[in-house]
Amino acid sequence: MYAFNIASLIPVLPEIFMAISGMVLLMVGVFRGDRSTRAVSWAVVAVFIVTAFLISRVSGPGILTFDGMFIADGFAVFMKQLALAGSALTLIMSIGFNEREGIARFEFPILFLYATLGMMMMISANDLLALYVGLELQSLCLYVVAAYRRDNLRSSEAGLKYFVLGALSSGMLLYGMCMVYGFAGTTRFDTLFEVLSSSEVGVPVGVLVGVVFIAAGLAFKVSAVPFHMWTPDVYEGAPTPVTAFFAAAPKVAATALLVRVMIGPFGAMFDQWQQIIVFVSLASMALGAFAAINQSNIKRLMAYSSIGHIGYALVGLAAGDEAGVGGLLVYMTIYVAMGIGTFGCILCMRRKGRMVENISDLAGLARTNPALALAFAIFMFSMAGIPPLAGFFGKFFVFKAAIQAGLYTLAIIGVLTSVVAAFYYLRIVKVMYFDEPAEAFERPVGAMMTVVIGATALFVLLLVVNPGPLLSGAAVAAVSLFGG
Amino acid sequence: MTDWPILSIVTFLPLAGVVMILAVRGEEALVARNARWVALWTSLVTFAVSLVLWFGFDPGNPGFQFEERAEWLPEIGISYHMGVDGISMPFVLLSTLLIPICVLASWDAVQHRVREYMIAFLVMETMMIGAFSALDIVPFYMFFECTLIPMFLIIGIWGGPRRVYSAFKFFLYTLTGSVLMLLAILYMYFEAGTTDIPALMQFGFDPSWQIWLWLAFFASFAVKVPMWPVHTWLPDAHVEAPTAGSVLLAGVLLKFGGYGFLRFSVPMFPHATEFFTPLVFTLSVIAVIYTSLVALAQEDMKKLIAYSSVAHMAFVTIGIFSLDVQGVQGAMIQMLSHGVVSAALFLIVGVVYDRMHSREIARYGGLVHRMPLYAATFMLFMLASVGLPGTSGFVGEFLVLVGAFKVNTLVAALAATGMVLGAAYMLWLYRRVVFGPLVREDLKHIMDLSAREIAIFAPLAAIVLWMGIYPTSFFRVMDGSVAQLVSNYHQTVQNAALAALSR
Repeated sequence: MYAFNIASLIPVLPEIFMAISGMVLLMVGVFRGDRSTRAVSWAVVAVFIVTAFLISRVSGPGILTFDGMFIADGFAVFMKQLALAGSALTLIMSIGFNEREGIARFEFPILFLYATLGMMMMISANDLLALYVGLELQSLCLYVVAAYRRDNLRSSEAGLKYFVLGALSSGMLLYGMCMVYGFAGTTRFDTLFEVLSSSEVGVPVGVLVGVVFIAAGLAFKVSAVPFHMWTPDVYEGAPTPVTAFFAAAPKVAATALLVRVMIGPFGAMFDQWQQIIVFVSLASMALGAFAAINQSNIKRLMAYSSIGHIGYALVGLAAGDEAGVGGLLVYMTIYVAMGIGTFGCILCMRRKGRMVENISDLAGLARTNPALALAFAIFMFSMAGIPPLAGFFGKFFVFKAAIQAGLYTLAIIGVLTSVVAAFYYLRIVKVMYFDEPAEAFERPVGAMMTVVIGATALFVLLLVVNPGPLLSGAAVAAVSLFGG
Repeated sequence: MTDWPILSIVTFLPLAGVVMILAVRGEEALVARNARWVALWTSLVTFAVSLVLWFGFDPGNPGFQFEERAEWLPEIGISYHMGVDGISMPFVLLSTLLIPICVLASWDAVQHRVREYMIAFLVMETMMIGAFSALDIVPFYMFFECTLIPMFLIIGIWGGPRRVYSAFKFFLYTLTGSVLMLLAILYMYFEAGTTDIPALMQFGFDPSWQIWLWLAFFASFAVKVPMWPVHTWLPDAHVEAPTAGSVLLAGVLLKFGGYGFLRFSVPMFPHATEFFTPLVFTLSVIAVIYTSLVALAQEDMKKLIAYSSVAHMAFVTIGIFSLDVQGVQGAMIQMLSHGVVSAALFLIVGVVYDRMHSREIARYGGLVHRMPLYAATFMLFMLASVGLPGTSGFVGEFLVLVGAFKVNTLVAALAATGMVLGAAYMLWLYRRVVFGPLVREDLKHIMDLSAREIAIFAPLAAIVLWMGIYPTSFFRVMDGSVAQLVSNYHQTVQNAALAALSR
């Protein structure tokens, strides 16, 4: 069977490094107590950075290890680094917030670290079982951080809701995997692909049913319609840095997983699953656009907005080719930057020692805090997809892929929903710029927060100057997924 | 002429002004004063540099001049390609001319958030010039679309009481049109494998697809022009926008529509253009007559001028789609003339609005007794708008009618009635505002034009007369490009007809 040798550990080195660092930091936290929270948090950020560096060093063209359960290819490098960047930035933002709110505990960064480790496993999974293990490691940490403010009713409710619905979706996923295993006889992605593409009688119905269940379970994780119901409540209830984290890193990992599963083992069933993805994408774009119009809570609005953005990203997957996946990767990168920046701005909405979350609280921000309002407006126009901001490039490349693949209806409905969505993004700009000022927010917002918001805003604003590296990076990653 | 990248300098110089304004620190009054001066000087220098385009332009060359090309996205073949021909160069100058005038017009009228205001106008300038001189369709789209952001803010922050509604309406109307155009651009890119405008003009798209592509571009440009029945955002936006905002909107943004037809729809989709010409004629004739009648019934001066803009721009679309050299030249002159005249008329309204804070026609009367200079200026631009010989308006409308008459007598006849109606509403407006007894108490102390206001109107008046008396200097510039456009179109259509016959 499988002979162990030390060289087979090399591709997993970044993950091993993360796991060991996590254990060490946990010990530090246990023995030094909550005094060490700040130090542990920064140590975790450092671990993320080192891991990102290690990943770029150990990966090659599709290295398999652990008997083919784990793959380190260009696609994994791209997505892992994106997820790590998302985790690191949201963790940096949370440090000041947690201290101010009096909920700073050393477990918080450790949970971030293990959730991120779960994401790494998901992105690199090359076997249905590895996929499931990574997903659960991530999800269990996320359930806990959602309910992290345990004496707050909304936060506990968010955690519980997320757990119950998450468990349901994991159940569906597991059921789907069983079906696939039962009918195809393997759980390994590459063998599955061979089995499914070589069978002369076509794909067994059992596998088809299994794929539907797997798609449903993964759609839940990326919060795509019709499995999005948990998103607004969890986004609203969870502490804001945790919401920012949810919007950034796990989304990336789950999207990566969805892409890898669909393109990899079930690539031969493209015609079958394309319909599912097209529907999910359409429904997400439409719901994200229309349901957000009436929201007054900005975190809820961002939840619907994130549903819409996943819809746009899935347009790339629906195209199902290298251009489509490349577009999806560009879209996700830009989305992560915009999402983190926006949540950074939301974290600055603090008045009389309390966080405020209503859109009307932003009234006249352009006069009370012009710099913050400018950054917020940049993110909003970018999310609406107005050039020359980064959000335009995301839309440009996914719709380009859709047109090339002949998905005209999807593209037309997609751009029209983006006009509807522009309405609510503009509404936020309107509240900030056109309305009479309300009371100013508390200042200062903290140096690290300024750095994170400033850096993401500059990225979004100036990507137009030189988008080349991002595009070629995404293209290389997409090619590696197709075994190029 | 030189090796300098003149077009890029003209395009991005205003952004240097933005950076300078951002660097200004200090108390509010000081910042406001500095912002005004920086904006004025930046826009004047930009205008001066843009004159190089006018004097260095080679009228004998119908192709693109001052071309620049730089790698931007070499992986997917999109480059930063700039250049102007006889069709786009006048619009670049129109943009650079109107911005300093806008800055001057807002000198006293805008008192709060001056810094942001000036930044918005300078960003607008960059985007407008960029859109006219981009020779790659993706950068064109980006410049074109980005004008929405500053204009949205200009209307929404410094506008009138219903500014929020108008700003949203403006933004969403235009965005809806242009996202469809974006999809068409993506399809063209996929089909032709390039986004370079000169290459796309040569490509020759499949005639059955041209219909859809043409419609997608039409969705965007018809809203911009605006054509009936998608013009309804325009009166709202004009009424609520601050004076300088209306100037840019009428002066330059509407021209994107006409420019778009000339640059994209006609040369790239000739078969669809031929197919849809009756539609455009119908919509334009309805617009000329209907909006002229609507203008007659207006109580608000700005709204009246806004409706007159719709009617005048309908002449432009008739001229373009007559696809006759005279007609297209007339459309070009009409666009330039309208850019200057309607801008001036909005400024005229702005003058009395700054003093009395009302745009209601009934609120005024007998202004000639206190403001003779104002009355004379108003008369000049009013007559130019009506199309009196000797002014720019006459040249444009006359040529459009000549062009239309050759193609379709009925269209020309109906459009000509629009000229009569145009004279009716403009003259009536003038009579009600300027003549009659001066009865209102508060009007008895109204002041005539100040030196700053004279400085605003003088160049515009000079251009109106220049274009009306000696239009040759403008024809000289655009002749080659227009002739090439029209002959290419007819050749393609004829070849297709011959091919169909021989089959």
